[in-house]
Amino acid sequence: MSQVKQGKEPLLRIAKRDGISRPKAYGIRVIAVLLSLVVSGIFIFAVTKLNPVDVYKGIYDGAFGTTRRSWVTIRDTMMLLCIGVGLAPAFKMKFWNIGAEGQVLMGGVLTAGIMRAYGASIPTPVLLVIMAVMSIVAGCVWGVIPAVFKAYWNTNETLFTLMMNYVAIQITSYCVALWENPIGSNTVGVINQSTKAGWFPELFGQAYGLNVLLVLLLTVGMFLYLKYSKQGYEITVVGDSVNTARYAGISVKKVTIRTMAISGAICGLAGFIAVSGASHTISTSTAGGRGFTAIIVAWLAQFNTFVMILISLLLVFLQKGAIQIASQFNLNDYASNIITGIILFFILGSEFFINYRVILRGKKEGEAK
Amino acid sequence: MKKFLAMLLALVMVLSLAACGGKKTEEPAKTEEPAKTEEPAAPADPAAEVKVGLICVHDENSGYDAAHIDGLKTACAALGISDSQIIMKYNIPEDETCFDMAVELAEAGCGIVFSDSYGHQTYMQQAASEFEDVIFVACTGDMAANSGLSNLKNMFPYTYESRYVSGVVAGMKLKELMDAGKVSDPYVGYVGAFPYAEVVCGYTAFLLGIQSIVPGAHMDVQYTNSWYDPVAEGEVANALMSKGCVIIGQHADSTGAPSAVQAVKDSGKEVYSVGYNIDMLSVAPTAALTSAQNNWSVLYKATLEKFIAGQEIPTDFATGVKDDAVMISALGESCAAGTQEAVDAAWASIKDGRLKVFDTSKFTVGGETVTTAFGLDTDGDWVNDTGECIVDGAFQESVLRSAPYFSLRIDGITELNNN
Repeated sequence: MSQVKQGKEPLLRIAKRDGISRPKAYGIRVIAVLLSLVVSGIFIFAVTKLNPVDVYKGIYDGAFGTTRRSWVTIRDTMMLLCIGVGLAPAFKMKFWNIGAEGQVLMGGVLTAGIMRAYGASIPTPVLLVIMAVMSIVAGCVWGVIPAVFKAYWNTNETLFTLMMNYVAIQITSYCVALWENPIGSNTVGVINQSTKAGWFPELFGQAYGLNVLLVLLLTVGMFLYLKYSKQGYEITVVGDSVNTARYAGISVKKVTIRTMAISGAICGLAGFIAVSGASHTISTSTAGGRGFTAIIVAWLAQFNTFVMILISLLLVFLQKGAIQIASQFNLNDYASNIITGIILFFILGSEFFINYRVILRGKKEGEAK
Repeated sequence: MKKFLAMLLALVMVLSLAACGGKKTEEPAKTEEPAKTEEPAAPADPAAEVKVGLICVHDENSGYDAAHIDGLKTACAALGISDSQIIMKYNIPEDETCFDMAVELAEAGCGIVFSDSYGHQTYMQQAASEFEDVIFVACTGDMAANSGLSNLKNMFPYTYESRYVSGVVAGMKLKELMDAGKVSDPYVGYVGAFPYAEVVCGYTAFLLGIQSIVPGAHMDVQYTNSWYDPVAEGEVANALMSKGCVIIGQHADSTGAPSAVQAVKDSGKEVYSVGYNIDMLSVAPTAALTSAQNNWSVLYKATLEKFIAGQEIPTDFATGVKDDAVMISALGESCAAGTQEAVDAAWASIKDGRLKVFDTSKFTVGGETVTTAFGLDTDGDWVNDTGECIVDGAFQESVLRSAPYFSLRIDGITELNNN
């Protein structure tokens, strides 16, 4: 059978690339983004007869049109980035932490609970420290539980972390029902609306200054930790090959648990920032799917936390733009979801062309290189 | 080298953003131009200068939001406010995004900002405390009166009136089926969103409407714990129908329940649906009887009229069929003979006050007639804070404040999953 096929060369063949230079890889990515804009442009025009350039302007306007919009975009970017930074060590270790959503929620629930209970009695700076520490502990516990099971009994961490999300969501619903205000409304409402106790104070005259500062510190810290610390190296080795790690005398159990403790802790802190620094309330949508979106952020950036800034910004930019074009051009969220989908499809698709090359029929192997 | 290239990429992206930014600076000027050219044309007309904002929890695909969007547009058209003076924000969740949008609308020059969902109100309140010159109206909200803010308002139509009349339509059908021997048990199901007063008030009025035709009717209520969830609403409707419910009412915003009822009806069972907000005939042509509807344009118009005239807008505003603020949609082909006459009679007697929806002689709680009831509990301590609700032998709904507060569980209604 195989001999018959040998006679007829297929039109396209796909071969793995041996390696690609960085400029070429980024070139492919830039081309992908440009192509995606062209394709969504064709879609926009075909479906709505609107000028795609106007729509793109609308998207930009939605994200950066006014100072306030820019700050909201920055705030949400920081939120997504923070979770992405938290996920980076886990995924670098090839530990599939699907549980960021739950870790964020646990951090958020504890923050909200403390804010409600002690808002009136403890001064805000002390309260912020307590809430930060408690949210870190909560996220940490939520991350360590699946890690311990993985380390000692080799359970499947993907399913385990996913299940932990549902537990966290149920705990959150319970607390929302417990703390609802007004009674029967099924919402907690803005906590300490009049006193603003436990809210992030303004920093550098900006309401979200502290969010930015905290997340950027984490971003730089995580970059250094992964790249230059011994523990970061251990994570890389465990991620590449568990057997190599064992041979080198690295305790895989210890590294797994320690890394997930760090990953969960940062996600828990993200919950604190979300509640105390942005929404000032708690609901099951406090994490809002960002725990999953952040996985895309971490992978696309290949765990480089600085590249993550760009990826998070791109995703939040598209999301804010969606709200604006809905309002400005009456395009509902399906339209903007399609545009976002096209752009993400091309960016993800470009990774294929970075890892593989396509050889046309008749071309010799050497020429295609 | 790798790091250098990463930086280079970052630089390219930043530059491309900046390039967009350069082009963009012309854009806001462009959007504001038409508004400015209109101003000198009609300086005497204050309607030409106002800007109105609306924050919607979903978009026009949700019947509830469509009712608000159309309502505001109709009201504005009637008052000479052009579409370019309305800014709508769609799919705004009930979180800080609502605050961002409320503040953005205020900064964009809106003198009055509406929000259409209950959960928006705390964020509207936050925005109201920051922008004292802008009026924020949280539709269906209930916190304005106690907020201490003069620029935070609530409004709500007397939805229970249209619920009652849609119950009359369902009752007529139920009676027809029972007279024909097709149905022996007048068993009604209700797909509710949350065990919250607005929902309780709605299904109670619905059952009272049915009972005005079929006195023995009883009802099961199951909650979806969501205002809009087509899948869950369909599942709950199916669960209720498999228990033997003949009529499925709903207080949830999607077409999930009517679609499910139509599917079961097509399989040969006698089941019918009464919807909410939008005409359900498009998804359930033979199963839908009617839908209880709010005519939000009446409330928007009354509020905007006062706003344009510079008058004080009432903190709580509620009205009903006497101002055409509530209605039911066109009757479906499956409705029983004589339904239209019964509906007209019900509307007429509600209008002239002969018929009170929550007449205490028409229902019992725990087997007894209610003589005193809880008004409002504004601080959550389960102590009645405002006046008595039972006046002249009827529960006074939406009088103490605009949002419903009827939360008695009357006999004949079973909540299947109130936790």
